[in-house]
Amino acid sequence: MDDTTILVVGIGNEYRNDDAIGVVVVRSLKKNLPCTKIIETTGDNLNLIDIWKDPKVVILVDAVSSESKPGTIFRYNALTEPIPTLISFHSTHVFSIAEAIELGRTLHQLPPNLLLFGIEGKNFASGTSISPEVENAIPKVVEEIMLVIQDFLRYI
Amino acid sequence: MTNKTIKVDYLARVEGEGALYIKVKDNKVSDVKFKIFEPPRFFEAFLRGRKYTEAPDITARICGICPVAYQMSTVHAMEQAFGVSVEGQLRELRRLLYCGEWIESHVLHVYMLHAPDFLGYQDVVQMAKDYPDIVKRGLQMKKAGNAIVSLLGGREIHPINVRVGGFYRAPSKQELAQLAEKLKWGRDAALGTVKWTSQLPFPDFEQDYEFVALRHPSEYPFNEGRLVSNKGLDIAVQEYENHFVEEHIEHSNALHSILLGKGAYFVGPLARYNLNFDRLSPLARQAAQDAGLFSTCRNPFQSIIVRSIETLYAFDEALRIIDGYEPPERSSIEIYPKAGIGYACTEAPRGILYHRYKLNEAGLIENAKIVPPTSQNQKVIEVDLRHFVEKSIDLPEDQLTWQCEQAIRNYDPCISCATHFLKVYIEPQSE
Repeated sequence: MDDTTILVVGIGNEYRNDDAIGVVVVRSLKKNLPCTKIIETTGDNLNLIDIWKDPKVVILVDAVSSESKPGTIFRYNALTEPIPTLISFHSTHVFSIAEAIELGRTLHQLPPNLLLFGIEGKNFASGTSISPEVENAIPKVVEEIMLVIQDFLRYI
Repeated sequence: MTNKTIKVDYLARVEGEGALYIKVKDNKVSDVKFKIFEPPRFFEAFLRGRKYTEAPDITARICGICPVAYQMSTVHAMEQAFGVSVEGQLRELRRLLYCGEWIESHVLHVYMLHAPDFLGYQDVVQMAKDYPDIVKRGLQMKKAGNAIVSLLGGREIHPINVRVGGFYRAPSKQELAQLAEKLKWGRDAALGTVKWTSQLPFPDFEQDYEFVALRHPSEYPFNEGRLVSNKGLDIAVQEYENHFVEEHIEHSNALHSILLGKGAYFVGPLARYNLNFDRLSPLARQAAQDAGLFSTCRNPFQSIIVRSIETLYAFDEALRIIDGYEPPERSSIEIYPKAGIGYACTEAPRGILYHRYKLNEAGLIENAKIVPPTSQNQKVIEVDLRHFVEKSIDLPEDQLTWQCEQAIRNYDPCISCATHFLKVYIEPQSE
């Protein structure tokens, strides 16, 4: 196994309040996990299609806006289920993670395992503070991601 | 149609979120509102009290698609305040970095956001089902642009190598040479892109614009030049606020920028192209001519061809810089902060990006003003929509709506630039 067998990507902007949650979660993960690379991205989701090409397992962490209760945790296995965002053409946030995933799927450029963790955000205005309800979800998501990583390390 | 209201709450395929509202009464357009949701005012406030050295990394966060543009405007404004100028190979490296960003941004727009419109697809995912090789070509081109930004910028997504005075680290000749093969492929792919886009079907829609861009004595502009227009403007960048003012528009959080005494003006690739055609490399000029474009283009739908030509230029220019590169003695010049005001305008992919900073003797920022290209195009987008809708008033509503969205996408507007959350729609449980 090389260092990029498992890739964890925290997606978010630290200057847009709850939008930072993906980045905050990955910074809370244990450091120096074997065969695991942790990166942060902000802005250009299309680059993901290239970034996730080589690893065997890719875990994405992002903020979600779905009018659910703030702090709600969503989990998707992108290889086996569609991400429910492309329902309405007019509502798509351009080059959302979902669109990058769907484009990757169409071009047969998805990694063998692609998991997506989303945390419902409350406040996406400019700023550097995370809402308490959203922050409270961090330990659970971190725990679940660690379990996923440990599982894969055992079986790959 | 006689009376109707067209309302689109979220515009697909523009960076960020936006909304469009058009009211038609008695067959005439009675109201057009292009709504913006988020201005960059937070950053202007956030920068206050920070050291000038922190500004490039902070402003890079304003736009996820064009962080380099923000960094370039920032460092040039600071250097202008301190009375220094970055020349030689460091200056070339900055141009190279901008080439990488133009390639990434333009290719994203041409292939993923704009082309689907012309070919009748809802989005690039649908287009990729029928044209997988074309979309893959776009992705590879974007990757080549990203390779430049990663190498020079120091980190894959957000460049962190840029500093006031130059860079934290300059690349070796060998590191840059390794990019050359990828960029040569990219240049050929860009030529193919110009040909491909020139054959798309374009509506007949020419307007009489006041184009505004930088103009430099010898280069196609990135970081330096005077601000000029096709209707008599010719000023130093420091004079920007004497000629361009912002007026607050009630329905939108953004401020509409206007040219005093004139009104709406148009920045971006079409403006640069019209004002600097003679500064393109011979290869890019020839490709433009082969594509049927002359030195002026006033049809905003054809901006897709112009972006392709600029992408070709960027690959060409990047290869020229790499070919002539010799590592500089120092990765940055010495900076001695002093009190003053610094001004800069650089050509972001979407057009001129103006920064102004007031600094104290310790080099701390007292205040900042940032005017992104998209807010400068706000007014001309609304004006265009008004003309466009009037011409197309007899189309069925859903077709007209889509055409309006297309018209907005011509400008490649980058609206909020900054949120990345997943918008999830949960179907209600059936009873």
